[in-house]
Amino acid sequence: MNFLKINPPRLWLWGILAGILCLCIGLSRGEFTIIWQKAAMICLECIGIG
Amino acid sequence: MTVMKRLRLTVQIVYTILTNGYMYGFLSGKIYQGKMKYACVPGLNCYSCPGAVASCPIGALQALLNRQGFHVPFGMLGFFFLFGSLLGRTVCGWLCPFGLVQDLLYKIPLFHKKKRLPFHRILKYGKYMVLVFLVCIGSLFLFGGLAKVPAFCKYVCPSGTLMGALPLLLANRSLRAQIGGLFFWKLGILLFIILLSVKVFRPFCQYLCPLGAVYGWFNRFSLVQIHWEKETCVSCQACQKACPVGLTAEEISRSPECIRCGRCVSACQKKCLHLRFNVK
Repeated sequence: MNFLKINPPRLWLWGILAGILCLCIGLSRGEFTIIWQKAAMICLECIGIG
Repeated sequence: MTVMKRLRLTVQIVYTILTNGYMYGFLSGKIYQGKMKYACVPGLNCYSCPGAVASCPIGALQALLNRQGFHVPFGMLGFFFLFGSLLGRTVCGWLCPFGLVQDLLYKIPLFHKKKRLPFHRILKYGKYMVLVFLVCIGSLFLFGGLAKVPAFCKYVCPSGTLMGALPLLLANRSLRAQIGGLFFWKLGILLFIILLSVKVFRPFCQYLCPLGAVYGWFNRFSLVQIHWEKETCVSCQACQKACPVGLTAEEISRSPECIRCGRCVSACQKKCLHLRFNVK
C-alpha cells in the first residue's frame, strides 16, 4: 500500500483540478438540481420521522 | 486562551452563524428553499436545519446515490476533492458546526477529561465503516424498506437531530405529531454523543463522522498543512501533550486524525510547528 503514501509536491493542486473537473461533469449532468430538490424539502429521514 | 484558540473559536462561531443564519426558519418551523441550497457547505450541517442556507455534503452525496440505478456522483466527488485538497481536516477543526458543539461540551468542567476512548486504535476505523456501509452501500441499495434511503442521515446523524429535528419539531406542530420510534433512537444517539463529548474530545469526529473520514485522506497533501521542522525539534513532547487527539510531532503533519486545531503550534516553545500553506 506504499503508493497511498506518496506525496509529490503540489499534489493538492492536482486534487483541486480533479475536483473542478468532477464538479463540471456533475453540473452538466444536473446533479446539483437533484441536491437542491432534496435540500429544499424537509428531509423526514434526517429529522427522524421518515 | 491563546491567540490561535481565540481565532479558531471566533471562526467557528461566525461560520456557524453565517451558514445557519435563516432566522425566519427557526421562528416558523420551515426551512430555507432558495438557490443557495444548490451548493454545499464544507462541514457537516444538516440541510433540514431551519437556519441552514446551503446543503450538507454527506446528505447531498446520499441524495445522489439514492437515484434509480447506479450513477457515479461526480458533483460530490469534485466537491470533496476541491475542499479536501485545499483544507483537509481543517474543515473539521475550523468550519464544522457540530465540531463546535463538541468543542464547547468538552469545556464543561465535569468528569476527568480523556483525549481518546479505550481501544482507540480499533475504534478510529469506525468512521470509515460508517462511510462505506451506511453512506455509500446503505444509500445505494434498498436498506430498511422498499425505497433507497439516506441511511446515515436516517439512522445515525446526531447533527441532523440537534440542528434539524429539535428546532423544527419545537416550532412545527404537524411534524411533532409524527414523532415515532426512529426519532427516539436518533435522540438517544445524540444524547449519548453529547454526554461522551463532555468527557472525551470530539468522540463523533474521532470515531463516527464519515466526512472526517473523507477529509482525513487529504490531510497528507492538502494545501493547508501543519509543517514540522524536524531539525529544530528538541523532542520535548509539549505538542503531543497539547494535541487534543494525542498525536506526536511526526504524526501531526500527516495524520488523518489531525483536525488542524493549531494547539500544537501554540504549545511549541521552539517554534518548529507552523500552520501554513504547502506551496514550496
